[in-house]
Amino acid sequence: MRIELSRRPDPSPVARALAPVFAAVLVFALGAVIVYLMGKSPSQVFYAYIVYPLSDAWGLEQIIAKATPLALIAVGLSYCARANLWNIGAEGQYTMGAIFGGWLAIHTHGTDAGYWVWPTMLVLGALGGMLWGLVPALLKTRYNVNEILSSLMLVYVVQQLLDYLGRGPWRDPQGRNMPNSAIFDGNAIIPSMIDGTSVHYETLIALLVVLISAVVFSRTVFGYRIRLTGDAPRAAHFAGYDNRTTTLIVFAISGALAGLAGIAEISGTNHQILAEIRTGYGFTSIIVAFLGRLNPIGILFASLVLSLSVIGGQNAQLMVKLPYDLTSTFQGLLLMFILAADAMVSYRLHIFRGKGRSHAV
Amino acid sequence: MSGSFGIPSRSLKTCLAALAVSVVAAGPALAQEKLKVGFVYVGPIGDYGYSYQHEMGRLDVEKKLGDKVETTYLENIPEDDCERAIEQLARSGHKLIFTTSFGFMDPTIRVAQKFPDVKFEHATGFKRADNVATYAAKFNDGRYITGIIAGKMTKSNIIGYIGAFPIPEVVSGINAYYLGAKSVNPDVKIKVVWAGTWYDPTKEADAAKALLDQGVDVLAQHTDSPAPLQAAEARGKLGFGQATDMKNFAPKAQLTAIIDNWGDYYVERTQLLLDGKWKSEDTWFGIDKNMIIMGEYANMPDDVKKLAREAEEKIRTHALDPFQCPLKNQAGEDIKCEGGDRLSDDQVRSMNYFVEGIDEKVPQ
Amino acid sequence: MLFESILLTIITASTPLLIAALGELVTEKAGVLNLGVEGMMVMGAACGFAGAVIFDSTVLGVLCGTLAGTATALLFAVVVLGFGANQTGAGLALTIFGLGLSGLLGHSFIGAKREPVSMLFIPYLSDIPFFGKVLFSQDAFVYFSFALTLLVYLFLNKTRAGLNLRAIGENHNSAHVLGLPVLKIRFWAILFGGACAGISGVYLSLVYTRFWSTGMTSGKGWIAIALVVFASWKPGWAVVGAYIFGAASVLQLHAQAAQFNIPHQILTAFPYVATILALLIKSIRYGRMAGAPGSLGIDYVLD
Repeated sequence: MRIELSRRPDPSPVARALAPVFAAVLVFALGAVIVYLMGKSPSQVFYAYIVYPLSDAWGLEQIIAKATPLALIAVGLSYCARANLWNIGAEGQYTMGAIFGGWLAIHTHGTDAGYWVWPTMLVLGALGGMLWGLVPALLKTRYNVNEILSSLMLVYVVQQLLDYLGRGPWRDPQGRNMPNSAIFDGNAIIPSMIDGTSVHYETLIALLVVLISAVVFSRTVFGYRIRLTGDAPRAAHFAGYDNRTTTLIVFAISGALAGLAGIAEISGTNHQILAEIRTGYGFTSIIVAFLGRLNPIGILFASLVLSLSVIGGQNAQLMVKLPYDLTSTFQGLLLMFILAADAMVSYRLHIFRGKGRSHAV
Repeated sequence: MSGSFGIPSRSLKTCLAALAVSVVAAGPALAQEKLKVGFVYVGPIGDYGYSYQHEMGRLDVEKKLGDKVETTYLENIPEDDCERAIEQLARSGHKLIFTTSFGFMDPTIRVAQKFPDVKFEHATGFKRADNVATYAAKFNDGRYITGIIAGKMTKSNIIGYIGAFPIPEVVSGINAYYLGAKSVNPDVKIKVVWAGTWYDPTKEADAAKALLDQGVDVLAQHTDSPAPLQAAEARGKLGFGQATDMKNFAPKAQLTAIIDNWGDYYVERTQLLLDGKWKSEDTWFGIDKNMIIMGEYANMPDDVKKLAREAEEKIRTHALDPFQCPLKNQAGEDIKCEGGDRLSDDQVRSMNYFVEGIDEKVPQ
Repeated sequence: MLFESILLTIITASTPLLIAALGELVTEKAGVLNLGVEGMMVMGAACGFAGAVIFDSTVLGVLCGTLAGTATALLFAVVVLGFGANQTGAGLALTIFGLGLSGLLGHSFIGAKREPVSMLFIPYLSDIPFFGKVLFSQDAFVYFSFALTLLVYLFLNKTRAGLNLRAIGENHNSAHVLGLPVLKIRFWAILFGGACAGISGVYLSLVYTRFWSTGMTSGKGWIAIALVVFASWKPGWAVVGAYIFGAASVLQLHAQAAQFNIPHQILTAFPYVATILALLIKSIRYGRMAGAPGSLGIDYVLD
C-alpha cells in the first residue's frame, strides 16, 4: 500500500470555511465520549467550554483581550513564514518589548510625566522587539546561522535578563525586597477602549495591523516580494530583490509586532514588570499563524478560537471540575484536528493498493 | 487524590480505576446553598511540592466542611495572566478565594476592589484590604531546627542549601538554617546554590550533585521536588524533606521534613466566614499553630533527636526564635533588634542580607 | 575525586539530550520538522514511570515509555503525512497535547518512587582508575546513547535505506520521481524520533530523578531540537553538542558552589549564549549551514 497527497486543483471555498468547524465537531464528539466515561455530563462540559463564555459579556471581553496579543504576534509571524523563514523566537521578542517599554515606565515612575508616557512605551516596546528580532536575521544574512535555533535560544537569554531586572534593579523599592516592579503610574498604563473593561487600545492596534497586513499581502509589490522570496528565492533574486534585505525586513516587522504585544500586555494587563513571563503568547502565536493559514483575516479568527479554547478550558475546570490536564489534552487535539481538516481541503489523499489504481479520498 | 500518596496498585486495571475514581471524586457538588471556596495555584497540583501542598489543604476543607462548602481550584495559572482566573472565580459565585502565589498579589487586590462582597486570602504577600487577608508560613522555625540537626550530623563541616531565588523568604531561610547549625557547631560552613527555578526536577538534582561534589554532606533545599533529597540518598549523604514528607523517596537520607500544613488554616478561615466572623488580617504562623509540622526525626543518634525536639518545643512556646539577638551582618555590624530580643517579623520578612559567618553574597 | 564526579553528573545531564536529539535528527533528515519533542518526551517519562511501577520492572517501564513516545509520534505522523497538516503548528499542538495527557496518565503515580536503575559494570575495565568509573560503570542508557549515535551514523551514511531517507529529506519531489516511497519512509522516521524521545523521557523519570511529577521535562525537548541544528544534522556533532550543553548547565552550578559571585541569571543563560556562539563560529568556518535537509518542514504534495 502506498499513500500520496496531491493538491486539489480548486479547493471549494465552502469546504474551506467548514473544515475547521468539522474538525471541532469531531474533537468535541471524541471529548464527549471521554467525558461521559468519566461520569460527567457532556452537555454540561460543552456549555461550560463554549456556550457560557460566548453568551456572557465578560466572557466575550476576556476572549477578545486574550486574542489580541495572539493576533498581533501571529500576523507578524506570517510575514516571516510567508518568506519561508522560521521565527520561533517571538516569545523572546515579546519579552524584549516588555523590557524596553517597561524601562520608561519605571524611570518616569512618580514623576507625573504626562500622557506621552504610554504611547512612547509602545514605540519603545516595538523597537525592543524589532532589535531582538533582527539578531537572528542578521546572524542568518551575514553568517548563515540557522534562524530556528538562534531565535529560540535568544528567548532563553532575554528571559534571564527580565528575571535579573525584575528581581534586581527594577523591583519595587517599597516591595520588601520581593520581586516585580512597582505598579505603573496611570500615565504608563494603556487606557481601556471601553471603560471598566480589560479591552484596551492594543486591540485597536491589532485590528489595524490585521487590516494593513491583509492589504500588504494581497495588493502590494512588497507582499508579492515576500511571497516570491519564500516560494522561489532564485526567482526573487532574478526579479531584482535582495533576499537578505527581505529577511531583515520581515524579521524587523515580526519582532516589532511581538515587542508591541509584549509591552502592551505589561502595561495594559499586568501594570508592572514581572520577573517571569509564563503565558507563552509568543509560542502559541505560531499555532495561531498556521491555523489562520498565514492570512491576517484568518489569523484574527484563529486567535479568537485559541483564546476561547483557553478560557473555555478554565471555565470547564471551574464549572464542571474537569482536570486542567484534560482541557489541555483537548486543546492540543483540537488544534491538530483543525490543522488536519484545513489541509484536507487543499490536498487530496490517494491510497494505492499494491500496484493497483489509486483511490482518491 | 490522597490515595495517590502511596503506590495505588500493581495492576493496570486498578490503576485506571483509581484514576477514574479520583476524577469522579472531584466531581460537582450540586447543592446550591453551599458556600463556594476557590483556590488559585501557580503550578500544577502534580508538582508534589508547593501547589500540591495547597491542594492537600483544599482537600482538608472538603473533608471537614464538605457538607457546608463546595471547593474549586484552578491550577497552572501563570502570574502574568492570573487576574482573569481570579475574577472568573469571583464571578462564578465563590465567596472565599485563596490565591496562593506571591505574584498574584496586585491582581488579587484589583479583583477584590471590584468584588467587595467576596473575601480574598493571598499567600506570602503584604498588601491587604478590608476583604483581602494575607497569610504565610514561618518556614524559618523548621529551617532553624534542620540547621541544628545539620550542624550535628555533618562530618565535613560543610552544609549545603539549594535556593530557588534570592527573595526574603529564601534568604531568611538560609540564615535560619545556618544560625541553627552554628548554635551547635561553631565551625560549620555553608554553601549555597541558586537553582533559578522553583520546580525543575533535573536541575534541582544537578544542583544537589554540585553541592555534594563540593564537600557538602547535609543538604537543605528551598525548591519543590524530591530530586535533591534523592541525589543525597544515592550518594549516602543526608538531607531534609521540603514542603512534603519525602521519607518515601529517601528513607535513609531524610533526617526530617519541613511539612507545609495549610489545611488547618483553610478550614479555620472557611469556618470563620461561615460563622460571619471573617476579618482581614495578616497571619504568619509557624510551628506554634501547626502551619509548619516537622516530619519524623530519623537517621540520627538519639542525642541529636533530643536536641531537635527541645528546640522544637522552645520554638513552639516562643521561648526561642531563629533570629535571636544579638545578630551581626556580614560586615560584622550589629543588626538592629526591632522585636525585643529578636528580629521583628517585618525585618525577617524583608531580609535581603546574609548574617555573619556565611561567606556567600546575596545576589542583588 | 571532584573531576570524576563532575564528569559523571555531566554524563547524566547529557544522555537524555543526546538520545532525543538523535531521534529528531533522523526525523529531520527525512525532511520532517517535529517540534513536539517535548510532548513525546514527557509522555515517555510518565508512561515509563507508570509502567515500571505497575509491572515492577525497569525493562517493561522502558518499553512502556518507548511505546508512549512512539504512539504520540504516530498521531503527529497521521496528521502531518496523512492529511498534510502544517508541521510547525502540528508539532506545537503535539507538545500541548503530550503535556496534558501525560499529566492525566501520571496522576495516580505522583508520590510513588522507584529503586535506582542498576549500573552496568564491565568486568576488569571498570576497575581501571578514573576511566573505569567514567567509561565503564554507567547505566545502560549511557551505553545505548553511544551505540545509537554509531548506528544512526552508519544507517544514514552507509546503508541504502539511509541514503534514500536523506534523498527524501533533501528533495522530496526528485525522490518521488526516483520512485522512493516518500511518505512511508517519513512515517518510520517520525516514529523513530518518537521512540527516542520516549526513551529519553524514561531516562528522566527512572534514572535522572526517580519519580514522576507533572511537566518534569521542563524544556528538555526544546533543547534537543536546538541540538539537532547545532549538530548540523550530524550524529557525531550531536554528541559534542549534548555534552557541551550538559557540561555548561552542570558547571554553572559548580561555579556557584565554588562561590564565583556571578548573577545566577548570567550562569543560567550561559549555555544558550554558548550555543549561539558555537553555531556562529561553525557557520563562519564552513560558510553555510552544512547538512540542512532541503525539504525540511515543507509539505510534501504531488503537483
